[in-house]
Amino acid sequence: MSTRLASGGRLVNRDRRVSFSFNGKTLQGYEGDTLASALLANDQLLVGRSFKYHRPRGVVAAGAEEPNGLVNLGVGAGFEPNQRATTTELYDGLVAQSQNHWPSLEFDVGVINKHLSRFMPAGFYYKMFIHPRPFWKHVYEPFIRQAAGLGKAPKDRDGSTYEHFHAHIDLLVIGGGIAGLAAALEAGRAGARVLLIEQTAGWGGRAVVDGATIDGLKAEEWVNHALQALEDMSNVTVRARMMGAGVYDHGYVLAYERLTDHAPETDGPRHRLWRIRATQTITATGAIERPLSFAGNDLPGVLLAAAVRDYVLNWGVSLGDRTVVVTNNDDAYRTAIALKKAGLDVPAIIDARALGGGELADQARALGIRIELGKGIASVKGGKRVTGVTICAQAGEGAVLEEIACDCIAMSGGWSPVVHLWSHCGGKLVWDADQAMFRPDADRAPTGADGMPFVLTAGIANGHLHSAEVVADGFAAGRSAAKVAGFSSKSGSAPDGADATEAPIEPVWLMPQGAGYAHRSKAWLDFQNDVKVSDVQLAAHEGFESVEHAKRYTTLGMATDQGKLSNINGLATLANSLNSTIPQVGTTTFRPPYTPISMGAIAGAARDEIFQPLRMTPISDWSNANGADNEPVGQWRRPFAYVRAGETVHDAVNREVTNTREKLGLLDASTLGKLVVKGPDAGRFLDMLYTNMMSTLAVGKCRYGLMCTENGFLMDDGVVARIDDDTWLCHTTTGGAERIHGWMEDWIQCEWWDWKVYVANVTEQFAQVAVVGPNARKLLEKIGGMDVSKETLPFMQWTDGNLGGFKVRVYRISFSGELSFEIAVPASYGRAFWDMMMDAGQEFGAMPYGTECLHILRAEKGFIMIGDETDGTVIPQDLNLGWAISKKKADYLGKRAQERSHMADPNRWKLVGLETLDGSVIEDGAYAVADGVNANGQRNTQGRVTSTYYSPTLKRGIAMGLVLHGPDRMGDEVELTKTGGGTVRARIVDQVFYDKAGEKQDG
Amino acid sequence: MVDPVSALNGRVAKGAVTVRDCGVQGMITLRADLSAAKVKALCKTIAGHAIPDNGRIALDEATGLAWMSPDEVLLIVPYQDVAATLSQIDKALTGLHYLAVDVSDARALIAVEGAFAAEVMAKLAPVDLHPGSFAVGQMRRSRMGQVAAAFWRTDAGFQVICFRSVAEYMFNQLSIAAKAGPVGVFDAR
Repeated sequence: MSTRLASGGRLVNRDRRVSFSFNGKTLQGYEGDTLASALLANDQLLVGRSFKYHRPRGVVAAGAEEPNGLVNLGVGAGFEPNQRATTTELYDGLVAQSQNHWPSLEFDVGVINKHLSRFMPAGFYYKMFIHPRPFWKHVYEPFIRQAAGLGKAPKDRDGSTYEHFHAHIDLLVIGGGIAGLAAALEAGRAGARVLLIEQTAGWGGRAVVDGATIDGLKAEEWVNHALQALEDMSNVTVRARMMGAGVYDHGYVLAYERLTDHAPETDGPRHRLWRIRATQTITATGAIERPLSFAGNDLPGVLLAAAVRDYVLNWGVSLGDRTVVVTNNDDAYRTAIALKKAGLDVPAIIDARALGGGELADQARALGIRIELGKGIASVKGGKRVTGVTICAQAGEGAVLEEIACDCIAMSGGWSPVVHLWSHCGGKLVWDADQAMFRPDADRAPTGADGMPFVLTAGIANGHLHSAEVVADGFAAGRSAAKVAGFSSKSGSAPDGADATEAPIEPVWLMPQGAGYAHRSKAWLDFQNDVKVSDVQLAAHEGFESVEHAKRYTTLGMATDQGKLSNINGLATLANSLNSTIPQVGTTTFRPPYTPISMGAIAGAARDEIFQPLRMTPISDWSNANGADNEPVGQWRRPFAYVRAGETVHDAVNREVTNTREKLGLLDASTLGKLVVKGPDAGRFLDMLYTNMMSTLAVGKCRYGLMCTENGFLMDDGVVARIDDDTWLCHTTTGGAERIHGWMEDWIQCEWWDWKVYVANVTEQFAQVAVVGPNARKLLEKIGGMDVSKETLPFMQWTDGNLGGFKVRVYRISFSGELSFEIAVPASYGRAFWDMMMDAGQEFGAMPYGTECLHILRAEKGFIMIGDETDGTVIPQDLNLGWAISKKKADYLGKRAQERSHMADPNRWKLVGLETLDGSVIEDGAYAVADGVNANGQRNTQGRVTSTYYSPTLKRGIAMGLVLHGPDRMGDEVELTKTGGGTVRARIVDQVFYDKAGEKQDG
Repeated sequence: MVDPVSALNGRVAKGAVTVRDCGVQGMITLRADLSAAKVKALCKTIAGHAIPDNGRIALDEATGLAWMSPDEVLLIVPYQDVAATLSQIDKALTGLHYLAVDVSDARALIAVEGAFAAEVMAKLAPVDLHPGSFAVGQMRRSRMGQVAAAFWRTDAGFQVICFRSVAEYMFNQLSIAAKAGPVGVFDAR
């Protein structure tokens, strides 16, 4: 059984007990424990079930690479699934539940999958679920849904907060081991602005566990000195619990800081996502130990060798009294030595190498540990945990030589440098055959805009497994990166490390090398996704030669650990199966983030009231306090209608339409785009942008204009006012303000850069109020201050003046057919002006109206709306707007395009009005059907509806639509589709439904 | 006539870093050939400072000017002086190609002041705000959170300009960032 040792554990504080619960059971740990170490201290070896076969799973590793120890963590608003026990620091009151089992961790019905495992080989999903089709819905899908999924989805809103932080630095050092520390020290001494980050809570990486010697000091002491020296440098920032998540172009790096995961009661953000711009980045990210592939290597109690000694040395936790060490390299001997020194039994070290190890092996032998050379593990004994191993010759096929009883197996297949961050932005790897590892290729580093490397790598991550090389490499990388960033140092000298001499590793990709199918199908590569050696071999057999294809076919490395343990073993297996070499097969792509980061960190502070910006006019507060039912228009929230007590929204809209037609309506039109265009060439410029002539517009007058894209399609419309000789004010649609401003600047800056035109977007400078209806002039006359009579201010003119003490600009324009004034005041006076208008308007029946009323008013008059009658495929000619297209101008944007044969085609659908025979409202987006079917067997069409409303004025449905030869077919009837089948008959009519003579607009 | 009301109408969020509406502020966008002698002289007369270099602002209290682009400056004057200043510009630049418009009411001006103001700003803006990189006199047109912004360092912290319509969003995100506390990078030492 696993248990807490009587002493030891450099990270735990035995004076402070911490209480936590696992699957409802209250357990005790110490401050400094991880959830994994605390569970192991409580003999909780079994932590979950695998994804596919529901095999029992125990902790395998001690760090970020852990594939099995995933838990549902927390409760309620603090709940989060798939949290790694090995990287979860223990705190008082922690609540964890194991995942992917039913009904309980110990008794899982899904385990039946295990017995079906020979029927669920690689590519099972692809092979089985395609045919027969009905089986998918009734058999496979329910089965997979039952089996699938690791953690549970959270049910409550996340109760934590998150934030982002932007940092601009000379050098980012990722990894707080001795290489990273040496790099940061040297760059810091040179004066560079350095950020050193470490994903765990502690510093020093492997060196402090394995007791390296640096500059004559114990590693731990050297690390403390280094940290102190860094703290003393004002140009260096040092952060623990912060992971380098991804490296991107232009020196952009995302780092993930976990601020309160270890102490959830603390105030402040839980996670902070650092968005870093670094001139240089050093990845000193260490290495991950590889498992060995032998039968039964997935049983709880089989761990990575370094993890076993981490649990003993860091947390004072033993995985069992008797540990068999199995290895192909010298490093695992450290585990045997550490266990022996902790008073635990190591029945044997099974070394697959015929010649065995170096100095460490000698030490182990001196401690009396039995060492078996050239041997391997034939199989592991036990059900839910290890009870023993059988030993065989590594060179053979697995004939059992001996059985050894044990409760833990510490395996080491060698070390793989963590090359993820190096690789994210294009850094390439080389296969180092001597060390049996992929390591960064310094000659093919990620390069920046200048073609020079912007990522360096150092230490173990760079393939240096020994402390002396590691610190020297870190120092050199720090110096070199600082130099690139413009800082040089002559003061520092490389730290001096000392190591035991080690014998070379011997690659072992299968144990024993001649293992038969029965063994291979129990030799796990990917513990979380249940991919075995036999699966990869089958994929190769079935023709999956590309590692990327084999990965997806077998799901190797596709679990939440993204193949940290399985990648190299899997591709080596594939290479062997293909009779190829590892470098030829290559790795799969390393993609950010390095380990999963929280969705909250990605969103940052953007939640609740700052989830996204909502644009407000000076009148929005009034509207919201007066029943506004808002709709989004871009990021604006505009009142759709002002709903009164007892009304439906539809009632409110109808009331607003009728009131505006009969009395007086007020609209907050502040969101309309307003662009000032000025300069000697402004008239010429606008003549190019609008289809009609703007240069000839007289000062004081307004003209409705259309803007098209170069391809001739109608993109925006609005009223243009001539302010003075070389100044125009162009109104755009609400959604078009920024876009059209950009469009204008684009043409000025990129095409007609020698034209003298300036544009300014003054949309938000003004609050604009539309005063609409038969009583509109009466209201303005009552307020007083300027002459707004028909004679002084006729239709389509504007004037500056004063209304009730407000400095205003009044436009006599109408989008409703009614007598209408649009009045602009500086936004800071907008609310006061609106209040005055509403007050004074009471006696004339003034009511505010919303966007739906606006739409109906314009539709009753047959005015088009950008986005309704246009959709990017419609040209002004389709909308019978030929009158707004200048025939005199030599050119305007879109002119040439509109002359193309398809644009000039008389068969283009054209705008008409549509009236149902029964008075009903045609459905939005309905099609007018035609006889017969097309080549795809679909019903032919001859038109479509673009706008459709109930008209409270006419008390019937009205619509506009684009219809084949529409304007020539007045009085014809067409059939329009209905959702759910059937059609409704409608007559083609003039699009102007109300006041065809235009008598109302002058009042 | 009633008094002008800024979008945030005097809102304040007090704390170790205080976020505060600065009320209405006169601002004029002037686009012109900034190398023209007449333009230079006019700017000096109005703002009391020469046109600053790229990325800089020159400001005394409520009067000054900021470099906005190679052909644009932002003139900062008291709110009540805007109309007179516009007339002054029109008079001085007659015959030149230029554009001068009042944008005072299109903007909100917010102060961010206190111990870790720079870190509050750096939570939202992708700009190097390290005190060694961004000092008094410097100004950036950039983005904060999801909206456009311009800001500069003052003795007490920062001043931020954003569009009026998003003033509430800007105020909220600044006060939330302030309330979340320091990062401990810029101002810890």
